[in-house]
Amino acid sequence: MDARPHPPATPSAVTLTGLGRRFGDLVAVEGLAFEVAPGEFFGLVGPDGAGKTTTLRMLAGVLRPSAGDATVAGTSVARHPETVKRHIAYMPQRFGLYSDLSVRENIDFYADLYQVPRSERQARLERLYSFSGLGPFADRRAGQLSGGMKQKLSLCCCLIHEPRILLLDEPTFGVDPISRRDLWLIVHEMVARGVTVIASTAYLDEAERCDRVALLHRGRIVGLDRPATLQARLHGQVLAVRTDAPRRARDRLRAQPAVQQAVLFGDVVHVRLGAAARDWPAARRDLEADGIAVLEERAVEPSLEDVFIDLARARDEMPDAPSGPAPRAPAGGNTRA
Amino acid sequence: MPEAVRVQDLTRRFGDFTAVDRVSFDVGAGEIFGFLGPNGAGKTTTIKMLTALLRPTSGMAQVAGFDVATHPGEVKRRLGYMSQLFSLYPDLTVLENIELFAGLYGVRGARFAARRDWVLELAGLTDQSRRLTGQLALGWKQRLALGCAVLHEPPLLFLDEPTSGVDPISRRSFWDLIDGFAASGTTVLVSTHYMEEAEYCHRLAVMNRGRLIALDRPAALKQALREPILAVAVDDAPRALEALRGAPGVLEVTMYGRALHAMVEDPAAAERTIAARLAAAGQAARSILPIAPSLEDVFVAFVHRSGGMVAG
Repeated sequence: MDARPHPPATPSAVTLTGLGRRFGDLVAVEGLAFEVAPGEFFGLVGPDGAGKTTTLRMLAGVLRPSAGDATVAGTSVARHPETVKRHIAYMPQRFGLYSDLSVRENIDFYADLYQVPRSERQARLERLYSFSGLGPFADRRAGQLSGGMKQKLSLCCCLIHEPRILLLDEPTFGVDPISRRDLWLIVHEMVARGVTVIASTAYLDEAERCDRVALLHRGRIVGLDRPATLQARLHGQVLAVRTDAPRRARDRLRAQPAVQQAVLFGDVVHVRLGAAARDWPAARRDLEADGIAVLEERAVEPSLEDVFIDLARARDEMPDAPSGPAPRAPAGGNTRA
Repeated sequence: MPEAVRVQDLTRRFGDFTAVDRVSFDVGAGEIFGFLGPNGAGKTTTIKMLTALLRPTSGMAQVAGFDVATHPGEVKRRLGYMSQLFSLYPDLTVLENIELFAGLYGVRGARFAARRDWVLELAGLTDQSRRLTGQLALGWKQRLALGCAVLHEPPLLFLDEPTSGVDPISRRSFWDLIDGFAASGTTVLVSTHYMEEAEYCHRLAVMNRGRLIALDRPAALKQALREPILAVAVDDAPRALEALRGAPGVLEVTMYGRALHAMVEDPAAAERTIAARLAAAGQAARSILPIAPSLEDVFVAFVHRSGGMVAG
């Protein structure tokens, strides 16, 4: 389904070479190395504390790397962070909107800041209004917008100077599913116009929208590829099994050697089996021997969440993996307590 | 199953605005029951009424056998509440947070000692009770917040986006804990924007514009989605999207990565319409394939069907 060549064939828009950042003893991110092609939609995916914000702040030129470097639009973030800022737009988790100013005034403010020529403003504004749906709310004060609308306005403020590279830190955090779709629509529009987008998310279902994703776990990349490729690479298969005793079924399945995972979703157990489908009949016989009736079973596609769990576990079992709670960056800009 | 929550024609108005409009449902003891809805759908207002923080304008809500309007104190004593965003004090130690909640809930003496140890064990923090809560990783905080919320062993537990932002491994083990509570009879009410959380619920109440617009098991909601989804692979998604907007038989089109997802009435007819429209716009489709609806697709379909989301 993907129109783009897989690895960047042209000079990359963003290149990370061993990028890392420590805060005192704490390693927030380490050894990040990948390239993002011009016009690519790239996802940084991982839970809170995985290093997404730290990475984006370094790419935006607002946090100095403590190891390695990255070039953004051909400029080193370690040596010329101020130049980097001219080529990009960066939307942090708490974007600076003025709640007392109207939608229009906020966008104007950012247009002034980025020195957007007056002659071009109206046309850009119309375009942003048309795909954000903010037009009817132009005179409303930003403080009175819903969470989803505020995020759309933040995005419009970022886009008024038509950056070639857009860095978005969890743009959909706290946004309801309908507004979330609208936000992604704006991002997809930009991608289709050739803008390079790097967006972070903690939600694996959202990551499936990206051309490629880097799965971040404890400051390291545990997987990097197209979402579909990552999913296809997962060994074994997942069955959704409905029984008349869901909890007992889950517990019994967990005790089976062929079962890698058994997770209860409502009254359906998702069973991840090892390499072969031949494992299932035995597992099923075991359930039936315990008096559990299997009412329905069907194969489901492994989710990106299954992939993430697999890769993160494999990483944690490596000899040099950090132990104990995942490290968190104290000054990483994370806004959640 | 005895009913832990009974709601009949529950309504709340703020001036001219009806935030919750004649909502009725029952929740069985030991059920994990989810509320889904966009901002302004009435979810939060409903939950505030069920937790006796807000009086209903009309209608009735009974929680653990007590009417929320006439016995708010009895209702509150039987509730545990946990939100992802706030509930623990980061500059207190683990133990101090537990003591604080014990004080709030009136858990004292020998019962306190037993419950404290239980919470520490549940959170996996028995050896770390003197650590500052703010220094814990999110997964640990989450389990501690859950332990504090059920310190007084309430029959009803409210969770507000409990696992938002947590790593998937912690999320799955968190829901295992929740399921354990439910198995021993605790009723769990969950409010969330996230389908990844909604999937764990036994039943889901979908709300929009103050109304309950769907109520069923997640799997049944997916099966009930009459409108199939077609994935349309194209080269220029925005231009293809423009070409398909308003096409007959196409209810909604959205961009998904570099493809389009179209919700359609009749897949065979829609496939022909879509192919023709795209060809006319010089955007011939590379493939058109039916796909299984996600829970998010279901949610969006229900919201559109009930008049769309409140703007603003």
